[in-house]
Amino acid sequence: MPENKTHTEVNDVAPRFNLIQSLHRNRRLLFPVVALILILIGDRIIQPNFFNIRVVDGRLVGSLIDILNRGTPTVLLAVGMTLVIATKGIDLSVGAVIAICGAVAAVLISTTTLPPLIVILISIAAGMLCGLWNGILVAYMGIQPIVATLILMVIGRGIAQLITNGQIATFSNPTLEFVGKGVLLGFPFPIFLSLIVFGLVWLLVRRTAIGLLVESVGANDRASFFAGIDAARFKVFVYVISGVCAALAGLIVTADIKGADANNAGLWLELDAVLAVVIGGTALTGGRFFLGTSVIGAFIIQAIQTGIFVSGLPPTFNLIVQAVVILAILFLQSEELRRLFVRIFTSLRKPA
Amino acid sequence: MFTNAHPIAVLKTEKLTKSFGSVKALSNVDFNLYAGEVHAVLGENGAGKSTLIKLITGVYNKDHGAILLDGKAIEPHSPHEAQSLGISAVYQEINLVPTLSVAENLYLGRQPMRWGMIDTRRVNTNAKALLKTYDLNIDVTRTLSTFSTAIQQIVAIARGVDMSARVLILDEPTASLDANEVQMLFGVISLLKARGIAILLITHFLDQVYQISDRITVLRNGEKVGEHLTADLPKRQLIPLMLGRDLAINDPADSTARITSDTGTNTFLQAEGIGRHGMLHPLDLHVDKGEIVGLAGLLGSGRTEAAKLLFGIVPHDAGDVRVKGKKVLLRSPRDAVQNGFGMCPEDRKVEGILAELSVRENIVLALQAKQGWFNSLGHKRQQEIAEEMIRALHIVTPDSNKPAGELSGGNQQKVILARWLASQPEFLILDEPTRGIDVGAHAEIIQIIKRLCAEGMALLVISSELAEVVDYSHRVIVLRDRQKLTELSGEEITEQTIMQAIAEK
Repeated sequence: MPENKTHTEVNDVAPRFNLIQSLHRNRRLLFPVVALILILIGDRIIQPNFFNIRVVDGRLVGSLIDILNRGTPTVLLAVGMTLVIATKGIDLSVGAVIAICGAVAAVLISTTTLPPLIVILISIAAGMLCGLWNGILVAYMGIQPIVATLILMVIGRGIAQLITNGQIATFSNPTLEFVGKGVLLGFPFPIFLSLIVFGLVWLLVRRTAIGLLVESVGANDRASFFAGIDAARFKVFVYVISGVCAALAGLIVTADIKGADANNAGLWLELDAVLAVVIGGTALTGGRFFLGTSVIGAFIIQAIQTGIFVSGLPPTFNLIVQAVVILAILFLQSEELRRLFVRIFTSLRKPA
Repeated sequence: MFTNAHPIAVLKTEKLTKSFGSVKALSNVDFNLYAGEVHAVLGENGAGKSTLIKLITGVYNKDHGAILLDGKAIEPHSPHEAQSLGISAVYQEINLVPTLSVAENLYLGRQPMRWGMIDTRRVNTNAKALLKTYDLNIDVTRTLSTFSTAIQQIVAIARGVDMSARVLILDEPTASLDANEVQMLFGVISLLKARGIAILLITHFLDQVYQISDRITVLRNGEKVGEHLTADLPKRQLIPLMLGRDLAINDPADSTARITSDTGTNTFLQAEGIGRHGMLHPLDLHVDKGEIVGLAGLLGSGRTEAAKLLFGIVPHDAGDVRVKGKKVLLRSPRDAVQNGFGMCPEDRKVEGILAELSVRENIVLALQAKQGWFNSLGHKRQQEIAEEMIRALHIVTPDSNKPAGELSGGNQQKVILARWLASQPEFLILDEPTRGIDVGAHAEIIQIIKRLCAEGMALLVISSELAEVVDYSHRVIVLRDRQKLTELSGEEITEQTIMQAIAEK
């Protein structure tokens, strides 16, 4: 055990890995959790039956379930986006990738006789392809991530329109619909899907060396290159993961409305995903990343939206309320602002 | 004790104290800086030099004590506030905007205005006139980054002094300058001294301290251990003061270690005609197991270029490399690492350290990269490796989870060395392993180099310090103008012969 070794040169506390110490080190990560709880309490004050959950036709119904369910596309995007941002990148194309993958699935299921599972796999492969494109532009062509993914963000919806021939491609297929509307053990199926994806990605990065190596590429890609890390391959890898996550989100969105809308599916969702990651404490400058709090960040955004929806506030206020709440959360996280508050507070107390 | 009487100190600290957690970074330090003097603050890494200047410039807030400027207590909360009080600092990493012109940098934030707009013409004429007082005749409209580090440094100083500096702090100003540039900078320092500016100098180059400084304050473990006039404190007294112990200059193992190893059977690396167009003329080079080969030459002679080609950072376009007799491809550091190579690069900050990751993660990085994506070391194993290295290399850190960027320069260098040692290389390239670190760590790193060699590792070491190269090398390859001039071995290796080789036509 490392604890038992003697430390003659070290004059500080013995290096130990314990919960309190790691909580203290990562106290920033508590903010998203606290913020989510506060927002839910706020929702409860506005709408007294907000926490109520009923069983209707063997499925759970209530605002909390709604937050979990409606939040899944953003959660999936945020998982992929976290890894991309950890490498100092950004993926603006995920909203468009949702439209492409949804269009692929909807058109294939309605115009061919392919089994639904194959259609789903092809749609995911389309997402991977989009990620690969982004990754190659960023890692091997040396294009700035924001520019590289902006290209696909713009042409992606065009591609989706070509696939659907400019129409909203509707379909009727129980298996595919299950992805978006299905119920399993009383819960909407998308919740399980996002849970599984989060779990798999977490295992993939934290139980292998990938997480450390991604963080090292984000922290200093030149030094990582010198240490024998193939930084370019990691960058391609994270964009591919992001593409797959977007494809799954696309399947959920498409299955939910039984149709692919090339213009509106996943519109502006890339910005929600970036916001979720930032609320979760991962810096846009790359390096350290936090998958779990990115997911919390996505739920924060959804909890605000659902809260506004059930409060009966005119929908015209939606975006403003959302922006104000998120700004408040980001203020809470700002070290500078906290120090300022502390200074004001202590100077107020001194004369007394 | 002080013969030349300065009436009052411009800047004075009294019992200045600052702690980080349980570590006292600075404790009860009384420091006096007089007008028109160059005052060197010396000490090992972690002695408290950076903390002292960060307190004076308002980067940190003090715990106890006082800072007095002209006898009046001041309490700067930011470098900006310190600047407006008359205290300017120029750091090793120049904090100017590289993409703006020299003139724009000089007047950034305080441009002369005309009709509500920036008077570009006056910015330029003022800048030209200002730099003329420093004997610097350059095109001030050119982008700052196109000038050498030395000139950028002088521009930074000129800006600081022009903004009403009475106290100028120079933190490692010469770390990336060559000999001529150092003299140019010293010319500027003498000029400012004559103008009555009080200059606080932090540097690791002791020769420079004796060349330029009037007074020396020595810090050790956060405490002031001495203040002397430079003339009263010879080097042999200074070094024990800094270290708190005697420096073992002669390692007894050293003389036995220098046996000219027999070439051929024991060769680890053999490069034939390795080179790259526009970078390095093809050269032959071999390194045996248990042998240290030094690469000597002036800055820009091709030393670093040779190292970069060998480690695959830039692919070579001529020649072959054989490792233990087998031809290998070296197109990336990854290839080099897979062949058992390691390299501590020259630019520690950009190419070495991962500042925000922990010491532990920095140490295991190369080993983990070598093992691949899926063969993870696991937290416990990482911890064991890190702690073993921290102990073996005497890395000073409260624990292995501290971000590596918060360690002092010498300790960062040891962390990078630890990174490679953990990957168990057979061949290690060290590019300026002792640059910018203090005397104590310097001696320790040289000990480590010799120990690794004795354990059978093949080493290729680049250093600007000839005495160092002579001390540990079995063979020395001398370079000039990106070409190999000659190869010295055994008794031929002296500072004199190397310098002669460089100077010869």
